[in-house]
Amino acid sequence: MTNPSSSARPGASLALDTVRAQGAKRSPPLLRVRRSSGDVRGALLLIAPLAAFMLVFFLVPVVMLMSRAVWDPVVTIAFPQTAQALGSWNGEGLPRPDAFSAAAADIVAADLAGTLGEAAARLNQDMPGMRQLLLRTRSHLDGAADDDGTPGADDKARQRDEQAVETELVAFDGRWGDAATWQVLANDVQPLTLVYLLRALDHERTPDGAIVPLPRDEGVYLSILGRTFWISAVVTVLVTLLGYPLSYWLTQLPKRRQRAVLMAVLIPFWTSILVRIAAWMVVLPRAGLVNRLATSLHLIGTPLELLYDRTGVIISMVHILIPFMVLPLFAVMSGIPSSYQRAAISLGSHPFEAFWRVYAPQTAPGVAAGALLVFISALGYYVAPALLGGAGDQMLSYYIAYYTNTTINWGLAAALSVLLLAATALLFMVYRMVAARRPVASVEA
Amino acid sequence: MRLFPAFEPYQRWPEKLWYVALRCLCYGVLAYLVLPIVALVPLSFSADSFLVYPIEHWSLRWYDTLVTSETWWRAIRNSFIVAPSAAILATVLGTLCALGLDRASFPGKRVLAAFILSPLVAPLVIVAVAMYLFYMRVHLAGTFMGLIIAHALLGAPFVVTTVSSVLKGFDKTLVSASSSLGAGCIETFLRITLPLILPGVLSGALFAFATSFDEVVVTLFLAGPDQVTIPRQMFSGIRDSITPTIVALATILVLFSTALLIVGEWIRRRGESRA
Repeated sequence: MTNPSSSARPGASLALDTVRAQGAKRSPPLLRVRRSSGDVRGALLLIAPLAAFMLVFFLVPVVMLMSRAVWDPVVTIAFPQTAQALGSWNGEGLPRPDAFSAAAADIVAADLAGTLGEAAARLNQDMPGMRQLLLRTRSHLDGAADDDGTPGADDKARQRDEQAVETELVAFDGRWGDAATWQVLANDVQPLTLVYLLRALDHERTPDGAIVPLPRDEGVYLSILGRTFWISAVVTVLVTLLGYPLSYWLTQLPKRRQRAVLMAVLIPFWTSILVRIAAWMVVLPRAGLVNRLATSLHLIGTPLELLYDRTGVIISMVHILIPFMVLPLFAVMSGIPSSYQRAAISLGSHPFEAFWRVYAPQTAPGVAAGALLVFISALGYYVAPALLGGAGDQMLSYYIAYYTNTTINWGLAAALSVLLLAATALLFMVYRMVAARRPVASVEA
Repeated sequence: MRLFPAFEPYQRWPEKLWYVALRCLCYGVLAYLVLPIVALVPLSFSADSFLVYPIEHWSLRWYDTLVTSETWWRAIRNSFIVAPSAAILATVLGTLCALGLDRASFPGKRVLAAFILSPLVAPLVIVAVAMYLFYMRVHLAGTFMGLIIAHALLGAPFVVTTVSSVLKGFDKTLVSASSSLGAGCIETFLRITLPLILPGVLSGALFAFATSFDEVVVTLFLAGPDQVTIPRQMFSGIRDSITPTIVALATILVLFSTALLIVGEWIRRRGESRA
């Protein structure tokens, strides 16, 4: 029994070799020359409406959202002259006096154009107090403008004015004389920004340009990302562990019972997700069915807390996703002829070994594809955690929705979306690679 | 129903045990899938406002509340405006696209097909946020049109996949035969192709309808106060606190989706028997 492929049980290894040979035959050529064939023009005309529809209402919006993660022109729009004046500044010491007068002019102009508030809010994210500084400066400039007179025509006068603006601003609020204020302003007038992406990865850029990790109590997004992956992984493992035996059992059933069991899988699949969540809200609470049943059977002494915590989220997500595993896996397993397994057994293999070495490997691509699809779906879940989970069980989607709707921080929502979409797209490419190799050995072929 | 089958004579106790264990596990999974939904149904007929068993008095009062409530009626009406419109839009666009994908092969076709199927896997929140920002610019936020477009977008990939799979078994010589007998493109499509691929088109349409009818995340972002659909209303209801009225609606939805499932299976079986 030590060497499974020894001549003691030639049957098992023979069956195995057949499978392997088939596997080898099935592996697709690496390079395939693709040529056009058929009515290409007609095909494109037929595809065009949906493709255009998706381009306009799906791709463009998603690209727009993604670009918001790195492109944030709010401050640039409000401070155009400042952006120009700070263009040549190297970030050390105070900028030249023209930057002061440009900033003062921009503050007034932006307030008149109605863009100051948004820009101030954006600056405040990077340096607390900036909002208040800008709004105070704005009202101060209003008072000062009356006795300012018209700006001088010649350069000397303008220079003197710039000098005066600088002294005045610094005298009004010392923060204008602080290089850090100007560094934040100089950073944020650049429309291209890494701030949001860095924040989404718990990093920040210091005023001198170095990228450093945020302090532990401020950096929350990596742990949210980890939590999202962890919940999805647990759900995927559970779905696989429960779905695999069920699909296997399904293929062994006689046709009539198979149909009945399939209905039992399909009914939850077609039932609205909110109905299923409502069901768990009735079944899982302290006084709910599960706890009552468990207490009356003396399995537990005190009722379990199943709702508004991670257990509830996982129970409901597994419930929602099991059909996504069972249905494709059932299709794969139905295509596997049972004769291989029977051949292995009749040639002396132990049934368990015949299952494990002959049957299971043929289902592996199906399992991999199903698990990947379940994992990808789980990554983006929003409704189940939002309704059944507690504060510590929310996944990435929740924060994307939160930053879009509640705090209206679209840059951060976009950066978190980039993370989620990148993970999803990457896994989906892996899925397609796995799924492309799925064609299962069948006797008919 | 036999729980223990007549075991084959060579099987020993570990195999028998394994067999019974597998069967128990499978019945357990089935119970897990179905029982919570089933448990919901009787509670909707309880006269009590607490959602607990055992039920002491039976009544239809929660169904009455549901039907007389203006909010719920509006949600039901909106759902039946949005879902069929989205399904029709998705079916037309998706069927055309599937026909096109079947018609020729050309470089980049796989990429194009992947792009068209991508809403199936894109996280819904991202689709929702992206469309929300886009809709604010083009003034589609809070309109029925916007919601229908968004739902059609999510449903169209289903139509493309179901129609494509029917087209795989479609005998293209019929089209040549039809055109050789003098029928034009459109006549051939209407009289030959469409009737033959109809099962795929219909089950795709059903999927698109169900997708829209169930959709909550995108609706949360895009719907204005006038476009609240059933799932959207249920979402706010459940978030506040679940009431017997919601359970009554859920019961109706379970029956409705079971009916959809039966229709879908019927279509599928007809399609199989024809092919």
